[in-house]
Amino acid sequence: MLDAAELWPPIRLTLQLASLSTILLLLVGTPVAWWLARSKARWKEAVAAVVAMPLVLPPTVLGFYLLIALGPSGAGGLIAPLWGARTLAFTFEGLVLGSVIYSLPFVVQPIRNAFEAIGDRPFEVAATLRASPWDTFWTVAVPLARPGFMTAAVLGFAHTVGEFGVVLMIGGNIPGETKVLSVAIYDFVETQRWTEAHVLAGGMVAFSFLVVLTMFVLEKRVGRNRR
Amino acid sequence: MTAQPGIDITLAGELGSFGLDVVLSVPARGVTALFGPSGCGKTTVLRCIAGLQHIPGRIAIAGDVWQDTSAGYFRPPHLRHVGYVFQEASLFPHLSVRDNLLYGSRRVTTPGASGIGLQDIVALLGIGHLLDRATTALSGGERQRVAVGRALLAEPRILLMDEPLSALDRATKDDILPYFERLHEQLSLPIVYVSHDLAEVERLADTLVMVRDGRVVACGPLHDLQTDPALPLLAGPDATVVLAGHVVQIDDTFALTELQVGGGRLIVAGRHGAPGALRRLRIAASDVSLSRSRPTDSTILNCLPVRILSIDGAPEAPQANVILGLGHDGTGDRIVARITRKSLITLELVAGADVFAQIKGVALLAARGSATGPASGQPPRG
Repeated sequence: MLDAAELWPPIRLTLQLASLSTILLLLVGTPVAWWLARSKARWKEAVAAVVAMPLVLPPTVLGFYLLIALGPSGAGGLIAPLWGARTLAFTFEGLVLGSVIYSLPFVVQPIRNAFEAIGDRPFEVAATLRASPWDTFWTVAVPLARPGFMTAAVLGFAHTVGEFGVVLMIGGNIPGETKVLSVAIYDFVETQRWTEAHVLAGGMVAFSFLVVLTMFVLEKRVGRNRR
Repeated sequence: MTAQPGIDITLAGELGSFGLDVVLSVPARGVTALFGPSGCGKTTVLRCIAGLQHIPGRIAIAGDVWQDTSAGYFRPPHLRHVGYVFQEASLFPHLSVRDNLLYGSRRVTTPGASGIGLQDIVALLGIGHLLDRATTALSGGERQRVAVGRALLAEPRILLMDEPLSALDRATKDDILPYFERLHEQLSLPIVYVSHDLAEVERLADTLVMVRDGRVVACGPLHDLQTDPALPLLAGPDATVVLAGHVVQIDDTFALTELQVGGGRLIVAGRHGAPGALRRLRIAASDVSLSRSRPTDSTILNCLPVRILSIDGAPEAPQANVILGLGHDGTGDRIVARITRKSLITLELVAGADVFAQIKGVALLAARGSATGPASGQPPRG
């Protein structure tokens, strides 16, 4: 009675979405975190607050504004025609964009903390050893902040896997395009298909446990390396 | 001020609670000590030389301008080619000792210009056995030696050291100081050394810059400043002079070393290097006494003709510092005798008088007991 053909597409789609989002999150989040950690600008906390907004905003609110932004009358309507589409709403690309914005605080915060924990001294040492700021970033900042990057990647990935409200608002429920795990579980429950719901939900419990465990192990290693 | 371009610094700006207003010009060779109490601004000057801190002014090292605020020029630290040794070793925790050492040298654009390689530095600092260790597995003294090696391998034009020994205990300090003395002897690299420890200054410095409350109080050769009555060094309880002397001969019968200083010869117990070797001698003012005639039946070996150059002391003070020039005409090196005012009056000692100085204690600084001289490749214990 379990139909793999029905269970597999949402799992695969979720993994694709989370992987792509995590890569983009690290690419976008790292410079933001670096700036927040190193800048002396007085208004940087305002930027930090904007980045952290998704932490407190109801997902439906964020999803609502994203829907407008991605839709034909928003920015999405301007970009989408470039590849022949009409809108970014209810597309996989739209979901990726929404996930990146929604999960940004979960990536920026650990990386920022890791950068801040390094302090000024290693950068000063590198500068007196002829390393340019760009060189120092790659050979000192990134290696020393590695645990922060790993935490950020795990959190960004997991958070994207688990999102529901934003997906529902901007992605809808299109199989193979926007129907991700969390939406699929909701669907199965709605149609009283408890077995499928159990399989997916149980898998998520196991997955979440592994994520949290990984985080704790990583944090322990950070603590040991700091001295 | 100096004929050759040296280390010329003019800095003026606000620094926390006080203003920094520094003008100094010292030769770009040997060890220059920035000496003063904690918080007087000496570390700030060092950070400004490295470009880690920006206070308006002008900095030129050996004719090369690194900062000139009036011309709107500020060279970033990574293009200044300084070696900087911080108070804490600050090794990179994610790199091995070897990779720490090579971090700077890998970024040298024309390697080998200084002629110093990893093997030389490793031998100089005695860190060969540490190369493949993690930095966390090193003792405090070892970490600081690796930090010095790392700075030197970046082939700096000047080595800046910010109280590199202050975070270490006494025994570790004593282990490391000989390595620093070797740097001084074997590398032709100008060193600026920040310290609040007079003993370190006496052992290492050629030129002394005294800093207080963000200002340069005095600046000149160590020996000149130690015998300058206007400065607190002489007024302090342990007034001392440091002299440079060349080994003349070793008396093997009695195990004594005779050294030539400006205007006389001094004898030190023990064998201290081959003839010609340069040694630093330390003479405390309280160890020098004066007599009108040459004593003939004294146990004190060092008795030299000197001329009284000046007498320094308050009229009511029980003791006075007598500044002496070695030699019959007093034109040699200067030493200081601290004697009672009573003796001063009884012996009718006045400036210009020719007397004899008996020196009870001549301490050899950098006493490494090596019989082969400073060019020896034998590393001291550490």
